[in-house]
Amino acid sequence: MPLETASAVAGKPPAAAPVSRTEARERAARNRKLTVYGARVAVLLAFLGLWEVCARTEVIDPFNFSQPSRIWDQIWQWVTHGTAQGSLGEQIGYTLYEALTGWVIGVIGGVLLGIALGRIRFLADVFGPYIKVLNAIPRIVLAPIFLIWFGLGPASKVASAVVLVFFPVFFNAFQGAREVDRNLVANARILGADNRKVTLQVVIPAATTWIFTSLHVSFGFALIGAIVGEYIGATKGLGLLVAAAQGTFNAAGVYAAMTILAVVALLTEGLLTFAEKKLFRWKPADAGDGR
Amino acid sequence: MNTTPAIELTGATKRFRTPSGALHTAVRDLDLTVAQGEFVAVVGPTGCGKSTTLTLVSGLEEPTEGEVLVYGEPVRGIDPKVGFVFQQDAVFPWRTVLSNVMAGPRFRGVPAAEARERARDWLGRVGLAAFEDRYPHQLSGGMRKRVALAQTFVNDPAILLMDEPFSALDVQTRALMSDQLLELWAGTGSSVVFVTHDLDEAIALADRVVVMTAGPATVKEIFTVDLPRPRTVEAVRLEPRFVELYREIWASLGEEVRITRERGAGRAA
Ligand SMILES: Nc1ncnc2c1ncn2[C@@H]1O[C@H](COP(=O)(O)OP(=O)(O)OP(=O)(O)O)[C@@H](O)[C@H]1O
Ligand SMILES: [Mg+2]
Repeated sequence: MPLETASAVAGKPPAAAPVSRTEARERAARNRKLTVYGARVAVLLAFLGLWEVCARTEVIDPFNFSQPSRIWDQIWQWVTHGTAQGSLGEQIGYTLYEALTGWVIGVIGGVLLGIALGRIRFLADVFGPYIKVLNAIPRIVLAPIFLIWFGLGPASKVASAVVLVFFPVFFNAFQGAREVDRNLVANARILGADNRKVTLQVVIPAATTWIFTSLHVSFGFALIGAIVGEYIGATKGLGLLVAAAQGTFNAAGVYAAMTILAVVALLTEGLLTFAEKKLFRWKPADAGDGR
Repeated sequence: MNTTPAIELTGATKRFRTPSGALHTAVRDLDLTVAQGEFVAVVGPTGCGKSTTLTLVSGLEEPTEGEVLVYGEPVRGIDPKVGFVFQQDAVFPWRTVLSNVMAGPRFRGVPAAEARERARDWLGRVGLAAFEDRYPHQLSGGMRKRVALAQTFVNDPAILLMDEPFSALDVQTRALMSDQLLELWAGTGSSVVFVTHDLDEAIALADRVVVMTAGPATVKEIFTVDLPRPRTVEAVRLEPRFVELYREIWASLGEEVRITRERGAGRAA
């Protein structure tokens, strides 16, 4: 009892100004955020400025390395006048369509097979070695083969995106299904769940964390698949834009296409993060979130 | 029919293969009978095989040797009559509190509306009615345990296996839940096997207290608790017979605890 009183008294002086202290902390956090954003912009501007200056003073060869102003001009020209293959929006749309289709097919295939093999030991034992072998193949070299099989249209790009997306998603889903907390499965079975319900209502929700980690990476892979496919041979798309610019030694065109691609990738990444936040309300907030 | 024991273990032995490939005997030649409507508490040193015994009864694990009967029938897989409150946290983290408690009836094909009603009723009884929309990570450890209790009770199990269900609760809630458990049990007539490390709890709740040996577990001694019912945990503790029983059981259990501790020390050395 005396101890408690002592600590209560000792705790009093700092407790006298709790409001201002929280406020101060909040302000500090806001300031820190602003500083981080400011520093990010500064780094970008410094990089672009240095590039521009070096190119103008011919420290680096502007023909090979291009320069930000030319890249911007190129993007602007594409936006206003369209590209040689049609409007810029159409090219982006094509690439996105191919990447998205490939991504969805790859993800569905990867998740289904991953969960199935993770749950059914026999399947895992039979197919395990084959999947390892397929995974060992550098799959990007399949793109020319797909071009031969499926032609110049979107199908060959979708196929390259699928093979790139499938494996990371598959391995994550497999791992997720394998590592489900045994207590949760035992509890579900005792509560009356049959195998199907255990898979649908315990294994899949438990594996979503694993699966989602792979979704982020794999959408990038889908874009790569689509772009490489287009680069090798296509009638439309951002990859074709790169190939065409390269064919005419237009370095600014290559960079411009890359810039557009980066923006597209960032936007889709943002959408995925948003979906993830909605889906994972049941998870404790990430400790890294506040940082 | 009423004379058929609810649970009957005869010569039950369970061996596990350890990662190094050796065989580890967790339960050895265990005989135990639990009558219908009986409340049996199981005490024993840590790691002796109490949880393993419960998994044998539940059908989650099969005995390596011997037989396990539930209502006279050999256990084949999981019996819907059995409820199991696990020692570890086993509520589903992606379901809300209400949805967690509804899980059992839903798994068993009860319509959603009825399941929800039953779940709400149980949440009220464990004092979590106001928390039905929370996710488990937003609850305290004791509250999660109460969700687990509601989740089990809502299925109305005829056989209730409880593995240290109250060990995560504070003393007050524990006493409250113990009294509540007694009340519920008196109403349902289910048979309970209740594993605990708390002798007070064991004597206050049970008809019989089973003392297990140091691992591999087998029954060492069984004490009949001849205290009158209905009991309340706080009142029964003060009775002279309670204290006497406590002393007897502790003498029996303490020896096994000492053996276990010496073994652990020997291994560490
Ligand atoms: N799946 C398993 N594989 C290998 N060994 C196991 C397994 N499960 C339990 N054991 C071993 O069996 C023994 C008994 O374990 P059990 O969990 O039944 O103990 P317990 O009596 O419940 O202990 P506590 O009171 O600490 O909960 C332990 O030595 C443990 O290491
Ligand atoms: Mg245990």
